[in-house]
Amino acid sequence: MTKGITLEIPAKAEYLSLVRAVVVSAAGLDPAVEDQRIEDLRLAVSEATTNAIRAHANLGSDERITIRCGLGDDRIEVEVQDRGPGFNPEKLKELGSLNEPERLQYEGGFGIPLMRVLADEIQIDSADEGTTVQLVVYIPPSS
Amino acid sequence: MMLGITQKNKDGWVVLELSGEIDMATGPQLRQTIVHRVQDGDNKIILDLSGVDFVDSTGLGVLIGGLKRTRSHGGDLQCVGLTEPLKEMFKLTGLDAVLSTEGSKEGFHD
Repeated sequence: MTKGITLEIPAKAEYLSLVRAVVVSAAGLDPAVEDQRIEDLRLAVSEATTNAIRAHANLGSDERITIRCGLGDDRIEVEVQDRGPGFNPEKLKELGSLNEPERLQYEGGFGIPLMRVLADEIQIDSADEGTTVQLVVYIPPSS
Repeated sequence: MMLGITQKNKDGWVVLELSGEIDMATGPQLRQTIVHRVQDGDNKIILDLSGVDFVDSTGLGVLIGGLKRTRSHGGDLQCVGLTEPLKEMFKLTGLDAVLSTEGSKEGFHD
């Protein structure tokens, strides 16, 4: 990554809009990034950071969440790292589409499926000492 | 970031004009508003989202919760004034199939 920015935030929901604003601003530095892809990244980063904040629910307020945003020639990479208890992403229940009547029983569980749709690449590394979610959005070649 | 909520009544519906973002920080405020309206007997609710430029999955959960709550009381919850990014997100998650978003925004304004 040739350019980048790192944020460390308290695990509090009121910091979400700040994280989104910083990532959107960083992605907007490259005029080749389309507005729709910036919107995709905005939502995906919000989902990853929301999950990180939830993962810190039982930790002290001194524990921080780290968001790294890197801008390369052909990609934007955002990494969201928490220090929560971790989880097995393979065991997440697939909730399916909302238009199945039984899906209305659930009001959550959209976060990771949305990230998978919105990002060009996603990698989730989770262990007992924390989780790192890496999101990648490709930048089209300049014409 | 706060969520602005202005409440109006129109043709038997409660219209909540929302402005700002609906996420983990602001979602509880909207949830509480819907809960209170239904408790007061107002179970037909329109959410005017024309002033909302961002909804994440937590916000979607609030909308689904509101839909279930109003319908379980014999009412309904509809959304109007969706921006293009919100329409896209409703489509991605299938929410457009269960939540009415076709109503005319103008139809609920004075």
